[in-house]
Amino acid sequence: MKALLIRDLRLATRAGGGFGLALAFFLIVCTLVPFGVGPQGGTLALIAPGILWVGALLSCLLSLDRIFALDHEDGSLDLLATAPLPLEGVVASKALAHWLTTGLPLVLAAPVFGILLHLPGPGYVWLVLSLALGTPALSVLGAFGAAVTVGLRRGGLLLSLLVLPLYIPTLIFGAEAVRRGAAGLDPWTPLVFLAAITLAVLALVPFAAASALRVNLR
Amino acid sequence: MSIWEYANPVKFMRASGAVLPWVVGGAAICTLGGLIWGFLTPDDFKQGSTVKILFLHVPAALMAINCWMMMLVASLIWIVRRHHVSALAAKAAAPVGAVMTLIALITGAVWGQPMWGTWWEWDPRLTSFLILFLFYLGYIALWEAVEDPDSAADLTGVLCLVGSVFALLSRYAVLFWNQGLHQGASLSVASGERMSATYRYPLYLAMLGFFLLTVALILIRTRTEIRRRRLAALLARENRA
Amino acid sequence: MIDLGKYTVTVLSAYGAGILLLAGIILQTIAANARARRALEEQEKRG
Repeated sequence: MKALLIRDLRLATRAGGGFGLALAFFLIVCTLVPFGVGPQGGTLALIAPGILWVGALLSCLLSLDRIFALDHEDGSLDLLATAPLPLEGVVASKALAHWLTTGLPLVLAAPVFGILLHLPGPGYVWLVLSLALGTPALSVLGAFGAAVTVGLRRGGLLLSLLVLPLYIPTLIFGAEAVRRGAAGLDPWTPLVFLAAITLAVLALVPFAAASALRVNLR
Repeated sequence: MSIWEYANPVKFMRASGAVLPWVVGGAAICTLGGLIWGFLTPDDFKQGSTVKILFLHVPAALMAINCWMMMLVASLIWIVRRHHVSALAAKAAAPVGAVMTLIALITGAVWGQPMWGTWWEWDPRLTSFLILFLFYLGYIALWEAVEDPDSAADLTGVLCLVGSVFALLSRYAVLFWNQGLHQGASLSVASGERMSATYRYPLYLAMLGFFLLTVALILIRTRTEIRRRRLAALLARENRA
Repeated sequence: MIDLGKYTVTVLSAYGAGILLLAGIILQTIAANARARRALEEQEKRG
């Protein structure tokens, strides 16, 4: 499992692996929004938590289809399926690799983009915390979507249609936590819900993803 | 004699063929009766004549949720017992449920325009229905995208299970989110106990009508799917010969 | 014709849209079923 994780990380960080693409996409979203909304700091500060969360979510979506697609094309997914490692473990390690290469950079970069959007001072801590709690769920749910659509033509578009509704609870609680934090209110209730969703997703969704993967490898 | 006998497509076709005329007849009578009766009810003192939209909106919303629950049960039966009819019934129910959701959304928006002064309000109920509609779209799209019918049934079954959990989760998350925005703004439709008998009985009739209509549509669509499957099997056999 | 007051357009458009959608799914269902039945009968006659 560790070997698989290291292999995935190495593949992702190599040139052409798409590492940093999500980050660049996140930056573009945060740059474009002020053009659409107008440069007034007050308006931006009001919508910053939502924009940052939606931006992080979309950037996460961007690289989801790579989780299984490349391994499916060159056949290494079939090898992994016959390996002693249970398929649930494969899914979990792939999701972890996706999170380390996409989610973690987003979490670390988010405060910088928060400055661009005039996020109020107290919001930064909660932005980082809520993203750190929420993005693992995004990666695991994304792995589920990727497992369902692996090997389909036009799978990428379908993947977004399937995965985005699943992201709604995470988005709601995540953005709400930042919004409350930025407004100086108590953000712990949404944060606890966010953490609960992430833990439940981490525990249960790999099984669904692995069963979908088994169907697709049949 | 157990219910599982109807997992046999031939038996299902025979039984559903026998039941179908009755269901269709009942659906036609009750739906038309309920809607016409509802249309003739007197105006509500607060909502005016827009109260008549209720008889379209509430039954459609009810069936939108019931269709998804039926898909969930059918998917579970397919995953556990692998009866093909069950998987096909789940497939057949999805477009019906999607249309019901759409009717509930549109009639709700049209009603909300004069009543709330806006076509769309991010009210928890409305938002949950929009999310439900998205789930229906994803489910239908997945059925269309996967070529092998058994894989499609498996994948959509798993999606339906995961989707059900998340649809429910979204429902409560949305409740939380909206309360965070505007406290105590409850804009719900007049609930059962506040409604007088003048509106209640036509509503019951319309609900029964929509229920029968949904059952009839799902039965017919399941029969269509079974026929398509049989046709595909015959063609495959012919090609092999 | 019953008087719908100032909400005539609202009520009629809601009923119109709802009934149109219902008619749409009903017609589509019946058409698809008829098509499948015909194709199957043809195939069974040949085979």
